[in-house]
Amino acid sequence: MNQDQVYAELTKIFRDVFQDDSIFVIASTTAEDVTGWDSSAHVNLILAIEMQLGVVFNTSEIDEMQSVGDLAEAIERKLK
Amino acid sequence: MEYHRWLPVCETFSAQLKELDAAPPDQQLAGLKRLAQQRLDFIKTNALAAKLASIMPALPPDCVAQLGPRLNVALLSSHTVSHLTSGIVVGSIRRGFNANLFVGQYGLYRNELLGADPSLKLFDPNVIVIAVDDHEAILDLPLDSSREDVVSAIAEQISQMVELWRRARQNFNATIVQQTLLNTKNPLFGSYEGLVPATPYYAVEMFNARLREAAAQERVLILDIDLHAALKGRENVVDPVRWHQAKQLVSPALSPWYGDLLARVLAAACGLAKKAVVLDLDNTLWGGVVGDDGIEGIVLGQGSAAGESYTAFQKFLLLLSQRGIILAVCSKNDSAVAENVFINHPDMVLRRQHIASFVANWKDKATNIRQIASELNIGLDSLVFVDDNPAERDIVRRELPMVSVPELPKDIAHYATYLSEAGYFEAANFSREDMERTGLYTANVSRERELSQATDLEGFLESLQMQLDVGPVSKMNIGRVTQLTNKTNQFNLRALKYTESEIQHLMQDDGTLALQLRLKDKFGDNGIIAVIIARPDQRWPSDTLFIETWLMSCRVLGRGVESASLEALSKRATRMGIKRLIGEYRATSKNKMVSNHYEKLGFVPIANVANADTSTVWTIDLPQPEVHRHHIEVNIADEPGPSLRRTHEDIS
Repeated sequence: MNQDQVYAELTKIFRDVFQDDSIFVIASTTAEDVTGWDSSAHVNLILAIEMQLGVVFNTSEIDEMQSVGDLAEAIERKLK
Repeated sequence: MEYHRWLPVCETFSAQLKELDAAPPDQQLAGLKRLAQQRLDFIKTNALAAKLASIMPALPPDCVAQLGPRLNVALLSSHTVSHLTSGIVVGSIRRGFNANLFVGQYGLYRNELLGADPSLKLFDPNVIVIAVDDHEAILDLPLDSSREDVVSAIAEQISQMVELWRRARQNFNATIVQQTLLNTKNPLFGSYEGLVPATPYYAVEMFNARLREAAAQERVLILDIDLHAALKGRENVVDPVRWHQAKQLVSPALSPWYGDLLARVLAAACGLAKKAVVLDLDNTLWGGVVGDDGIEGIVLGQGSAAGESYTAFQKFLLLLSQRGIILAVCSKNDSAVAENVFINHPDMVLRRQHIASFVANWKDKATNIRQIASELNIGLDSLVFVDDNPAERDIVRRELPMVSVPELPKDIAHYATYLSEAGYFEAANFSREDMERTGLYTANVSRERELSQATDLEGFLESLQMQLDVGPVSKMNIGRVTQLTNKTNQFNLRALKYTESEIQHLMQDDGTLALQLRLKDKFGDNGIIAVIIARPDQRWPSDTLFIETWLMSCRVLGRGVESASLEALSKRATRMGIKRLIGEYRATSKNKMVSNHYEKLGFVPIANVANADTSTVWTIDLPQPEVHRHHIEVNIADEPGPSLRRTHEDIS
């Protein structure tokens, strides 16, 4: 999966989790840009990504994520 | 983790959900109800719950009523549960009720219960779910502690729990559901674990065992999360990452799983558990088609793996039947050919007497299932239909959406697991009467057969040698009485539902007559078949009792029990100095059969200005001028003495 595909997948997952078809995510997207992205939605997001893409994040990675860019990087690392 | 395998997969969920936007409100709700019967992951579950929450405020009450009874459910916990509400809401819709949730402050369940928290009080819960976890150090004993030390430390913890339940009941008058501890402890010794009583893992096991016993004694319901986690494999349920991240004991990904487990317990408490299994025959109870292969040609019993699988499934069904679940047959077959297998095949585990309603013909299954429901005198929404053929399952789902139709795997070897996993037959109590139910229905068939042969109805009733034992509702039978008030829809004059604690209050009230009636005849004991609750009411003078509840099990209809019951009620009331009885019929969608009940018994109508369109009010003077004719010997037991001891009629 290349970077564009990762972002496309992420956009799809974000739309599902936040029930909002207008969402497009890019590397610099953060919690402040998406309505409803609070700590509990963050857990849902992580789980949805794990489920859809078949990856597993560990505790320290989850702590360090600040933006969609961090998420995408972690995913690319795992899918390599 | 894979869950809800018995629900059909829905490929077009998002599209279907969007389509609902354009529909009128009642169709939106019906659509959401239909979607709740599909296999949904947690994201879809969240979406469904969000949609429901968004349309709910604008819906008229009669429209919301199609979701079933509304239940105020308070979730009080020692860990985070707010992420589980969607799963619970969708579970409740699936199981036929409408859960309205209150989520307590994380970790404050004790304060909320003991201090009668005002916001909780305001919420007025019907149900309080207490979810604790094993991270609250339940024991802090050295590993070499003796078994006695561990046992007494646990007993101390349990008695605190019991105290909490009692206070919660007192403060809120709600049904209590206690969750077992999900055992998240890692064994220190492995297989030797259970030989060292003070290990954390084993202590949790012992705690849960004691918790279940205490719950049975206190009549508290159990949500056994540890049992269900064990069934799924604890490593699939326990997620330490979620715990450390957000103090979530149950991962958000498992919210549909958890929500359904809770919903089925609550459904059972509301009398919404399923009552009967309707079984297909060919390739469901045996391999092959008996009409083509003949009785010698079908696959069943020892000798082949497939044959043994069918036998094992039948054994599971037999156990269900012994538990009180009614079995029925619905098959496209020649009736004589199909019945012959039950009578003459040596390897059949299920025999003809286990099947309460046997319908084999060439009509469509939806029609036949309707016939079965009416023969058994139970609602279509109490039925589970088991058929190996996906097309038949689909048709029945479409024609009769209120019937539960589990998806089934290709291999019969897994049928029992799927059926068990689906949680249709959850119980809120279990009594001897449940175990005797199949016998009751079989006896009923014999009675009806005699009735259809007898040309003289009076002579037939006389020959039944019926005996009605009337006594006060007591601790001995409160479980069954509560169950009857919740399960009886047709012969129920006012259709009031009670919780066990409400019944308990009535029992203790001196002015109230709470009677349970048990019918015996020459075929056997029918168990408790009727409940009458009569109380003083401020609308009438103190020499008058208002019949708040009169209900009867439909299986004793047409036998004069109503007249005999009135005789008993009159005698008991007269003894209390009562001069007049008032009865009310309050119409529901299901109790039309008793709209003339009081008239038939000689009551006279009185004006009822308040709710003239949905209710009629009736009165009769005591003592009754004439005793109605019936063929039942009535025995009235006195009030229980002060030395009432608790007997173990209930097996739980």
